[in-house]
Amino acid sequence: MKILKLFLIIFFIFPINSLKADNEVLKNKITKNLRCLICQGQSVYDSDSEFANSLKIVVDNKINEGLSEKQIYSYFQSKYGEWILYDPLFNKNTYFLWLLPLLIFFLGGAIIFNKFLKKQK
Amino acid sequence: MKNKLLPLSIAFIFIIIFVIFYKGLQDTNIYTPEVKKNYEVPSSSVELFDSNEKVNTLEIFNSDKFYLLNIWSSWCLPCRQEHSILMELTKNDNLKVIGINYKDTKKNAKNFLKEFGNPYDKIIFDNKGTNAIEWGAYGVPESFLINKNKIIMKYIGPLSKESMEEIKLFIK
Repeated sequence: MKILKLFLIIFFIFPINSLKADNEVLKNKITKNLRCLICQGQSVYDSDSEFANSLKIVVDNKINEGLSEKQIYSYFQSKYGEWILYDPLFNKNTYFLWLLPLLIFFLGGAIIFNKFLKKQK
Repeated sequence: MKNKLLPLSIAFIFIIIFVIFYKGLQDTNIYTPEVKKNYEVPSSSVELFDSNEKVNTLEIFNSDKFYLLNIWSSWCLPCRQEHSILMELTKNDNLKVIGINYKDTKKNAKNFLKEFGNPYDKIIFDNKGTNAIEWGAYGVPESFLINKNKIIMKYIGPLSKESMEEIKLFIK
């Protein structure tokens, strides 16, 4: 009987705990990807400013409401603009930013390829 | 052709880097927040300061009048500075001033209003600061001019005499 009770307790407590832990992990992940707009070079997760603390509560509420990670990001983007996200979106202002590494990569590749051809000849 | 490619690509990369750094020199280091205008009043459930009653924000801003939503707190020094301007603005019949009491205690807020006067038609009690986030606010003080359920102006920081004149022009 005792074992059964113990089993039942573990059975009921364990999933609740892991669910809470999951939410906490997700909350940390989201707040690490949001910029604290009134701080210099800090994420919302790192900051202890009034703004960041309120934002953490809102993230918590949104997770409890059942919003997905993406939905939470777009919620904050609609309120504060794209600047709040650390990952810049791919649009006409950021084409250059996203494509430059690729461009340099191909250019480097072309140079190496050329040298290789030269050597072979 | 092959000999030309290397110096050309080096020159190309150099020019790109030069342009980026040159543009970077002209940018200021101070981040100015994006002031988005002409967007709808956010709909959310809020608690009123006096009655503890829960209402939707859309019910507060429902008439055709102009509304000035002001985020304030008793611990915020610039709020004291702008308070006289808010008191002045309440003299306009066409404008209602609504407050969001940000991360404050009711006792301190009441003392503040007793000392400096109460310009607010209604006050939203926001002790966690989450309502201010709904409005896209950065902190205290901040003010939004609202007409027909749309935010038409946003003032970050304390209201100045110039912003007061601007608000008066809007509500004329």
